[in-house]
Amino acid sequence: MIRLDNIVATYTTQRGQVNAVDGVTLEIPDSIVMGIAGESGCGKSTLMKVLYGDIGFPLSLSSGSVDYGLVNERGEPVTADNIRNEWFRHISYIPQSSMSSLNPVVRIRDQFVDFPATAGRKKEVLAQVRDFVQKLGLPPESIDAYPHQLSGGMRQRIMVAMATFFQPEIILADEPTTALDVVVQKSILLLLLDLQKEMGNTILLVSHDMGVHYQVTDKMLIMYAAKVVEYADTDDIFHNPLHPYTLMLTNSLPTIGDERARRGLPGSPPSLWEPQVGCRFAARCPIATDRCRQEEPPFVEYQRGHFSACHFAGDVAALKESMQAGPSLSEVVRDTSKLMSDLEADR
Amino acid sequence: MQTDKKRRWLPKLNARLAIGLTIVTILTTGSLILPFFTTVDPAAQGTYMKNLPPSQAHLLGTNALGQDIFWYLVFAVRNSLLLGVTVSIGVTIIATSLGLSAGFIGGWYERVVVVFMDTFITIPVLPVLIVLGAVVRGNTSFMVVALILIVFGWAWNARTIRSMSLSLREREFVNMARFSGAGVGAIIAREIFPFVYAFMIVGFINTILFAINTEAALAVIGLSNVVVPTLGSIIFWALNYNAILIGQPLWIIAPIVTTVVLFLGLFLTSSGYNDLSAEKRGVA
Amino acid sequence: MNTILKTQGLNKVYSLGSFPRTIKVHALDDVNLNIESDEPVIVSLVGESGSGKTTLAKVILRLVQPSSGAVTVAGHSVAGKGTRPNHTEFLRTVQPIFQNPFEAFSQHRTVDSYLRETAERVGKLPKDAAIHAVEEALAAVGMQYSDVRGKYPNQFSGGELQRASVARALIPRPQLIVADEPVSMIDASRRMIIINLFLALKEEYRTSFLYITHDLATAYYISDYIAVMNKGRIVEFGDAKQVLSRPQHEYTQLLLDSIPRLNSRWVERRNPTTG
Repeated sequence: MIRLDNIVATYTTQRGQVNAVDGVTLEIPDSIVMGIAGESGCGKSTLMKVLYGDIGFPLSLSSGSVDYGLVNERGEPVTADNIRNEWFRHISYIPQSSMSSLNPVVRIRDQFVDFPATAGRKKEVLAQVRDFVQKLGLPPESIDAYPHQLSGGMRQRIMVAMATFFQPEIILADEPTTALDVVVQKSILLLLLDLQKEMGNTILLVSHDMGVHYQVTDKMLIMYAAKVVEYADTDDIFHNPLHPYTLMLTNSLPTIGDERARRGLPGSPPSLWEPQVGCRFAARCPIATDRCRQEEPPFVEYQRGHFSACHFAGDVAALKESMQAGPSLSEVVRDTSKLMSDLEADR
Repeated sequence: MQTDKKRRWLPKLNARLAIGLTIVTILTTGSLILPFFTTVDPAAQGTYMKNLPPSQAHLLGTNALGQDIFWYLVFAVRNSLLLGVTVSIGVTIIATSLGLSAGFIGGWYERVVVVFMDTFITIPVLPVLIVLGAVVRGNTSFMVVALILIVFGWAWNARTIRSMSLSLREREFVNMARFSGAGVGAIIAREIFPFVYAFMIVGFINTILFAINTEAALAVIGLSNVVVPTLGSIIFWALNYNAILIGQPLWIIAPIVTTVVLFLGLFLTSSGYNDLSAEKRGVA
Repeated sequence: MNTILKTQGLNKVYSLGSFPRTIKVHALDDVNLNIESDEPVIVSLVGESGSGKTTLAKVILRLVQPSSGAVTVAGHSVAGKGTRPNHTEFLRTVQPIFQNPFEAFSQHRTVDSYLRETAERVGKLPKDAAIHAVEEALAAVGMQYSDVRGKYPNQFSGGELQRASVARALIPRPQLIVADEPVSMIDASRRMIIINLFLALKEEYRTSFLYITHDLATAYYISDYIAVMNKGRIVEFGDAKQVLSRPQHEYTQLLLDSIPRLNSRWVERRNPTTG
């Protein structure tokens, strides 16, 4: 179980300080796939950095702690302070772009064994690596190549291989398939699921694609403006959301076969440079009241395993009803000019 | 909407730029204004007693030709700067227009220009100038010297600007400008030129250095016009008359120090501006 | 019936490498499209990277010359042997929207200068009328002149800048707007604002759109017709709803199969809490 206790992560710049993650408290059970969703700037990437231990100026962990539920070689519990030492062994990271992590002038096999753990055993480890990449659908010779000689999909499989080879307990994946074609994306996601089933590790996956979350994750965390707004099993997030933002987010993009009109979320998240009062989503929320604007809703377990930060968590079902019976496509089109002036009003 | 954070005309000058500009400004205004305060031609020989030590009348003393060293130096700096700026303006105009157009237009036009560029880059400047100088032997007018320097100086900068233009023409906003109805000239001026601007300024200053330097080198070996006072000619005469041995070390030290300070000022300005424009673009 | 877009035997071949090991890549391989309609339509061109959809867009926009074949837009010949259309007329017929709005505008120029330039040079309007045209176009995308006056690209968000880009494309009242991945760089929750905008503009401005994307879901949402491309060829073309609900070609089926849907799962998921 990974325990996050009141994490506050701060960026320090010339302009001042801003909390990109502002008080996150969670428990993540073992051996599941957890998805993190939210619009850009919500803090999901920063949270991943904190969890990975990739904290360095200008990012700092102002307060809070992480307990990974692991014990390192010296028998000490692993926390945010020493998680760095466990990179690739107990925790690993799959980035969005493989080319930003692979050295373009070094063969893949040399990058694979470039760890102190493998010193003196390079030949042995390489033989194991060759076997391992075959399991991932790559020819064993692929590790002898230079990164640019492989296709994007193959390179991303290599990243998955590197991240899973030492069988870490925790894998963090930040938009691992966003840059890939949809056909390749499916194969990589299925691969990750296979490996997860076999190794029993915990995967934390950031993606903007709700479809990916639905297909791959067991639990989901929704973030907004540096705060967590909902946390539940994936089915609940999609079918029984307890926060208006979650509902709007999951409905913001169309799906094939569904004739309902979709509306993007107008407006934008509040600027975190200014002090925040009340619920941060209130400005864009269709059911917001004065209480919402003044009083920040607590992150509370409304149903077993289902957390939400909304004063009106119970009313979201009614909101969903009204969205189901929503306008037809032609009404949305005719309403577009009204939508445009709504956008004006938001400003 | 994000707040306005661009476009301030007099930005915070960094240390280098401030020092460089100060030096250059002092030397430039000094050399331009002071000549109005004397009616004596500093190049005229025998005006004063020879080899006088520094005094109130002669701030740096006089030399073996009976000239006041200080006033000769002032005129020398002025003339060297004038030469440098003239050459630089000529070089910058030619390099920028040829470089931008060749890179953007391409085709046979570019190929012809590139042949010219590469030819002039590979021709070594100094040997050619020495030969030319030997032929005309100190009788060249100042303008001819400037012209020669322009002809040999434009190619380097043109080459760099051409490759900048080449990569810029692939950018999406160039297509956008095309679809907004802009013609080739408008695209070069409004889309591509702003990116080249910073390099052009740096190139301008460096060319001043190049021009003064080369002229001085020629003058020192007696191949430029040594009658007109320039930094090079003053050093030439001082060497010829063995300034140090005859007890007039200031005659040679003063111009050398002035030259070094001037070059330092120009270099600091160029380098400081480079840093500043990099900071503005956010890549410092 | 008006010909909105027609391509005949369109080919684009690139030679890679150098002698003697040159490889020929068919970015476009015998592309034949014929879209005729009296009403404005939205046609989606869907495919993965390398399918040729961006090359086709560039040929239509005259940014790339085809190796052979011809293209006609709204009756004007646009590409093909010996075609030299009148430049201004062309710009009034076809206009682009590019993928990355921050690349589409130069950081050294204000955003409104591009709009004004389009009105003055392509619309051939005098100064006052040009500003009026710009205001009209901005209103169609929900913006005002004061939102863009004197502002540089980095002062906008991606969505706002892309809307300004759409406004610019509208000013000459083109018959066809070619939009190359117009929403892929915009935050997912705000994409529908632009997509719905295309629908509205189709009705109000009577402009047809060629919507190029790899995202089948948004293509399904707004298209009248869909063309599926793979390896430079059009493998399937037809009415949008038909193609995506009853695909004929196996590549289309493969694409549809690979999209992560929201109704059925590839692999059963656990519900850790509710069991």
